[in-house]
Amino acid sequence: MEQLKTIGRELAMGSQGGFYQSKEFLDLVKSIGEARSKAEEDRIVLGEIETLKRRVSEPDIPKRKMKEYILRLVYVEMLGHDASFGYIHAVKMTHDDSLLVKRTGYLAVTLFLNEDHDLIILIVNTIQKDLKSDNYLVVCAALNAVCKLINEETIPAVLPQVVDLLAHPKEAVRKKAIMALHRFYQKSPSSVSHLVSNFRKRLCDNDPGVMGATLCPLFELVSTDVNSYKDLVISFVSILKQVAERRLPKAYDYHQMPAPFIQIKLLKILALLGSGDKQASENMYTVVGDIFRKCDSSSNIGNAVLYECICCVSSIYPNPKLLESAADAISRFLKSDSHNLKYMGIDALGRLIKISPEIAEQHQLAVIDCLEDPDDTLKRKTFELLYKMTKSTNVEVIVDRMIDYMISINDNHYKTEIASRCVELAEQFAPSNQWFIQIMNKVFEHAGDLVNIKVAHNLMRLIAEGFGEDDDSADSQLRSSAVDSYLHILGEPKIPSVFLQLICWVLGEYGTADGKYSASYITGKLSDVAEAYSNDETVKAYAVTALMKIYAFEIAAGRKVDMLPECQSLMEQFLASHSTDLQQRAYELQAVIGLDAHAVESIMPSDASCEDIEVDKALSFLNGYIQDSIEKGAQPYIPESERSGMLNISNFRNQDHHGASSHGLKFEAYELPKQTVQSRIPPATLASTEFVPVPEPMSVRESYPTTIVPSASSDAESTELKLRLDGVQKKWGRQTHSPATSTSSSTSKKTVNGIKQVDGSNTSNSSTWETYDSRKHVEINSEKQKLAASLFGGSSKTEKKPATGHKISKPSSHMVEKSHVRKSSMEIASEKKALVHQPPDLLDFGEPTVQSSDPPSVDPFKELEGLLEPTTQLGSTAAAATNSPDIMGLFTETPGGTHNKDDSDILSSLSKQPVTNMVGGATSTQVAQSSKGPNRKDSLEKDSLVRQMGVTPSSPNPNLFKDLLG
Amino acid sequence: MGIRFILMVNKQGQTRLAQYYEWLTVEERRALEGEIVRKCLARNEQQCSFVEHRNYKIVYRRYASLFFLVGVDNDENELAILEFIHLLVETMDRHFGNVCELDIMFHLEKAHFMLEEMVMNGSIVETSKANILSPIQLMEKAT
Repeated sequence: MEQLKTIGRELAMGSQGGFYQSKEFLDLVKSIGEARSKAEEDRIVLGEIETLKRRVSEPDIPKRKMKEYILRLVYVEMLGHDASFGYIHAVKMTHDDSLLVKRTGYLAVTLFLNEDHDLIILIVNTIQKDLKSDNYLVVCAALNAVCKLINEETIPAVLPQVVDLLAHPKEAVRKKAIMALHRFYQKSPSSVSHLVSNFRKRLCDNDPGVMGATLCPLFELVSTDVNSYKDLVISFVSILKQVAERRLPKAYDYHQMPAPFIQIKLLKILALLGSGDKQASENMYTVVGDIFRKCDSSSNIGNAVLYECICCVSSIYPNPKLLESAADAISRFLKSDSHNLKYMGIDALGRLIKISPEIAEQHQLAVIDCLEDPDDTLKRKTFELLYKMTKSTNVEVIVDRMIDYMISINDNHYKTEIASRCVELAEQFAPSNQWFIQIMNKVFEHAGDLVNIKVAHNLMRLIAEGFGEDDDSADSQLRSSAVDSYLHILGEPKIPSVFLQLICWVLGEYGTADGKYSASYITGKLSDVAEAYSNDETVKAYAVTALMKIYAFEIAAGRKVDMLPECQSLMEQFLASHSTDLQQRAYELQAVIGLDAHAVESIMPSDASCEDIEVDKALSFLNGYIQDSIEKGAQPYIPESERSGMLNISNFRNQDHHGASSHGLKFEAYELPKQTVQSRIPPATLASTEFVPVPEPMSVRESYPTTIVPSASSDAESTELKLRLDGVQKKWGRQTHSPATSTSSSTSKKTVNGIKQVDGSNTSNSSTWETYDSRKHVEINSEKQKLAASLFGGSSKTEKKPATGHKISKPSSHMVEKSHVRKSSMEIASEKKALVHQPPDLLDFGEPTVQSSDPPSVDPFKELEGLLEPTTQLGSTAAAATNSPDIMGLFTETPGGTHNKDDSDILSSLSKQPVTNMVGGATSTQVAQSSKGPNRKDSLEKDSLVRQMGVTPSSPNPNLFKDLLG
Repeated sequence: MGIRFILMVNKQGQTRLAQYYEWLTVEERRALEGEIVRKCLARNEQQCSFVEHRNYKIVYRRYASLFFLVGVDNDENELAILEFIHLLVETMDRHFGNVCELDIMFHLEKAHFMLEEMVMNGSIVETSKANILSPIQLMEKAT
């Protein structure tokens, strides 16, 4: 008897419900299922590809057979091989008359092709035809394909039909038409901008499925343009209210929650609409509060809705009562045993602390637990939370933790993220420069290649600027410690390029400043760097410039410079380098060494990297020279903007020429310049004319260096140097990021760095340092210790003293937590017991209540409509139609043998025969009960079948879901 | 966009169903699936059902030998997606009766049809099992 059943089952699997499958297909699936390794699977698939290539090109393949081949192609591609040889057959299959074959064709096409594939054009025609079909299932199949295959160019081909289908009598069609329109909106918002009102209209659809689907495009529309949808707040709120009050058909219930996925979508939309809008938010308070109360926090789905409520509450205009509910929900999440709930709790906490920062405090222990959890996902989420709650008082602990974690992981994607967060926090909240430099060193050491070069420049600036001008000894101390740490770090085997650049710069500027290290020691180190990282040109350039600085400082101090032999060989190498930049640097170094102490000192003053270089943009130092020239008859300079926008040639016109012709080309020959007349014209009047004499600027340029140099102040000199440098840089297209590009003057370095905004932010940044600093002096002792202790109770033992209150509360909160844990584990245990007792019931979870609360006295949708669209009269029929699928759904629970009965029921429900809810409820109870018994047997049968077919389940568990559901 | 892809992979790492809501080439899919499955297989039952991978968040659930993996955007409600997976399994269970890996393998197109009803454009559009299954039942009857 058992055997017979098994055979029956096998037959059923092979040919269930007319989905005919051949022996060949079964064998293929079986062999894939049995494959023990990827290599074996690949072998099977490659063999299959050969078979299929032969088969699909045979003439007159029966369509059943073809459908099967196409599915085998889907397998081929799903397992990672190319099935493009068969695409065209999938396209052909979409033309088929049989619905099943057609839909399979569409499915295969959507899986195989992207919207820009050449074959799409062949399908558009079929889609157009199918959209007009009388069979609504054909229309649905076509609409599915529309959503996947229509690109921006083909939208117009189907758009009118899709719009017509929005009013189709079948709700399934309306739903898919809405989604097709949504797709068009995603692809090309402008193509459907005039049709957006349809989304609003469909929100009031009689069918809850259509309404639910419409929320997807509306969510997107609202998130791009909140203000245009403020009028819908009332509608969304009232829909949400009705959903929460179980006015939707029971078919939408999931684990006793009324349409939770619709609730979640609505809450997301409300969160957007209420953000920063007090008036809109006030409309939402009641309904969100209701959902908070109604949500069943013992089920996953209940918690999912609760979480969404928290997100909503923390987004809309704050309401104290709701915030309290949110905080309660969060603490339930955090105290839960489930890692999933803890994760949601941490995320929710991160959202809520933006509004009520004090809430973090009561959860410190839970947060610490999550941070120390071995589960990486939870840990990362917690770091995200810590990042959000970082303040100047807890930055040290948090950043230390982050860096430890950063060092421990290998995932570059996340490493980059956490490194940039460390930098951001350190820059924003650093309590001291010393600490900042330490942190930066760590970041550079472990993630140097992943951080932005700007970070290194900021750090250089900080070391150069120090605390400010009032505390020089602290500055030099800072620099000394930086030099110490860098010399130490240079001992490490592999250092990221960015970090090396930074090290070279600091050693060059401050390596010998405090006299602790000799010049030869530092230069030795620098040439080691250049040697060791010989394929990194940028590092080498930094190293050479650093060497030059060290030598310049030595010469300026009156000491004799002895170039180390390794430096000399390095220089020789660089003098012949292919890199013009390196070459230039090397030549400059040579030149500087040859100069006398006085000259060197003015070129390269020590510790002058933050000295401001006054760029005299007006070039006032040239005034005397210009005056001379003008007196000698030169024409004054006219800014480009004031010259006429005409052809250049007009600029050469003689100034005596009459203005009338100034707008046209002049065709007659030029007159001779009348020098004497020009020279007497005062500059002011000339400036208002449009004439620019050509020869004069030329002469200015020529004589410029000679006239300037003798009279130049050191200021002017550096400017002049810089000017020339700029020219060089532009000429060679060099990037200006490297400070070492400066030819000889260290004072010019910062401007050469060229980042003007950096200079600007410079000052403001340093002032923030100062404020933090001063605050630190005032508050650090009490405030910081207290908060560090309260935030990180366990981790900082020495700081516990001021937090006595917490000390007392700690054990008690532990107790509370424990007792709660015990209680919840008890609950879970009892739940588990229930699960163990009758596992097959799990899937019927929702059903009992479906029956108990089934007969609603009022038509749910009539009311819903009433609120949204008072004029609709289809209410009752629609309700009947929407309820009937539910009944039908219940019938599918019947075991396979009673298919016939089933079928008739579907038909009846489709033809909208008024099956009363009571009847439906009664039958379904019976069905549910009857299906409970055989379920286990079924699964055993399936297991034995599986074994019979030779697919030995590789896990200790058989391939059954029943014991794992729930 | 919400849902980026839905995968069913067994514990040997063999793909049993793959549906992508943004286009990836076969090679990209193969690489992505490999990486994700390796990550998820390495996790134990106590750990979160969520994993971050590149710019996706993967929500996964294991049923006997089969993993259901859903790749989502960053601002998706993970717990809801976890329950969505269960809803999918319940729906398949209602249709196949004690659904197992083989059911999905033998009736790959039906599993896809169900997904087509439930998810469009990367958004969950239908959650009523009756609505999801009725087109499939009608098609079965018609053939």
